[in-house]
Amino acid sequence: MNIEEFIKKIEAEFSDMEQGILQSDSIFREVMNWNSINALILIALVDTEYDVILTADDLRASSTINDLFNLVQSRIS
Amino acid sequence: MAIVSIENVKITGLAACVPQFEYNNNDYDLIPPAERTLLINTIGVEKRRMAGSKITASDMCQKAAEKLFSDMNINPAEIDLVIFVSQSRDYILPCTAIVLQHKMGIPITSLAFDVPLGCSGYVYGLYIMGSMIEKGQLKKGLLLVGDISTMSTSYLDPSTFPLFGDSGTATILEYSPNAEPVYFNLQSDGAGWEAISIPEGGTRNFPKEDSFILKEIMPGIKRNRFQLHLSGIDVFNFSLREVAPNIKVLLADISKEANDFDFYLFHQANKLMNETIRKKLKLAPEKVPYTLQKYGNTSCASIPLTMVSEIRNELQEKNLSLILSGFGVGLSWGSVAIKTDKIVCPEVIEYPNLGDKTPIFKITDK
Repeated sequence: MNIEEFIKKIEAEFSDMEQGILQSDSIFREVMNWNSINALILIALVDTEYDVILTADDLRASSTINDLFNLVQSRIS
Repeated sequence: MAIVSIENVKITGLAACVPQFEYNNNDYDLIPPAERTLLINTIGVEKRRMAGSKITASDMCQKAAEKLFSDMNINPAEIDLVIFVSQSRDYILPCTAIVLQHKMGIPITSLAFDVPLGCSGYVYGLYIMGSMIEKGQLKKGLLLVGDISTMSTSYLDPSTFPLFGDSGTATILEYSPNAEPVYFNLQSDGAGWEAISIPEGGTRNFPKEDSFILKEIMPGIKRNRFQLHLSGIDVFNFSLREVAPNIKVLLADISKEANDFDFYLFHQANKLMNETIRKKLKLAPEKVPYTLQKYGNTSCASIPLTMVSEIRNELQEKNLSLILSGFGVGLSWGSVAIKTDKIVCPEVIEYPNLGDKTPIFKITDK
């Protein structure tokens, strides 16, 4: 797993988002038109792709795409 | 580990009833149109049925049961046991099953009681009734499973209002010495009790004057303390963590493969959650029927309602191997591996609108 692949998967899942708009230092709450539905979609994506479950606390503790990536990577078994 | 089995019991009839009044989530003007579309596509609920203030869960269960009595030529005097699984009972007390026993002409020599479980309620109901019937002392049971969840959601709470629909179902379980064993994996976790809850109205938090006052819980969410609270992410995490392993453990215990089953009937929670679970179990879409799009999340009724609505012909004409799996409020969850053998299954019944033109949410919230 690398961050480019991680970003591509997120961009593909959120179809209303322009390709290439996400960067590793993007604040995901700002770029992704963040709401509670998008939070669930992201959790489902990460679970399906990486078998990692992000919690509400995980999301609160993260701000950039890179934060999320590091969290997911640290939990991949 | 609660892997348990029952023998000598089979389902012989299954019916489901929904209210006539249909609500379309495209009309939910609390949230802007673009967000509404995202919401409908994600949770998978476009239409759902609402009972309003004049129809109860027990009314719909009764209608479904009476249809079965007539289609199966069952005399109410044959029923030894009535269980009503619901979180929307007619009265705080007594048990609704006992009221129904009388209304339906079932004899006073029968047992009747309620089981207040939600999303997991159908699977638990089958286990409870099956265990009581398997010895053959009680021969025929009426399992009534239904809820009116729309009564406890706030129109001003988009985390609950668009999700739920109402329904009541009836299942006939009979003692049958030739029946195949039925296997269950049942679990509970009280640590998550608050994730889906109604805070006031019980004895822990007695009703008070301000219990009915709408309060802003967080930006964009208003409800009173008799209305349903649902922590979306916590429930989502729980379901992703527990449901697939619960089914895998059950399959391993009975030495079966996922493909040995014709259909998987999941509690209709929401589409994103159910699809994620389906993918975890690597199940083909045609094995996993849905009614979310037309009936919403119908709580404990969702599994039997989906069976009637989506695989009725197969249930009537074939012998099927099924996995049923319910998960949610409690937290409580469980799965059952069950074989059915050409059961009586009339099509979904509509409960006529009783002139209640104003659904209850408008009265309480607007």
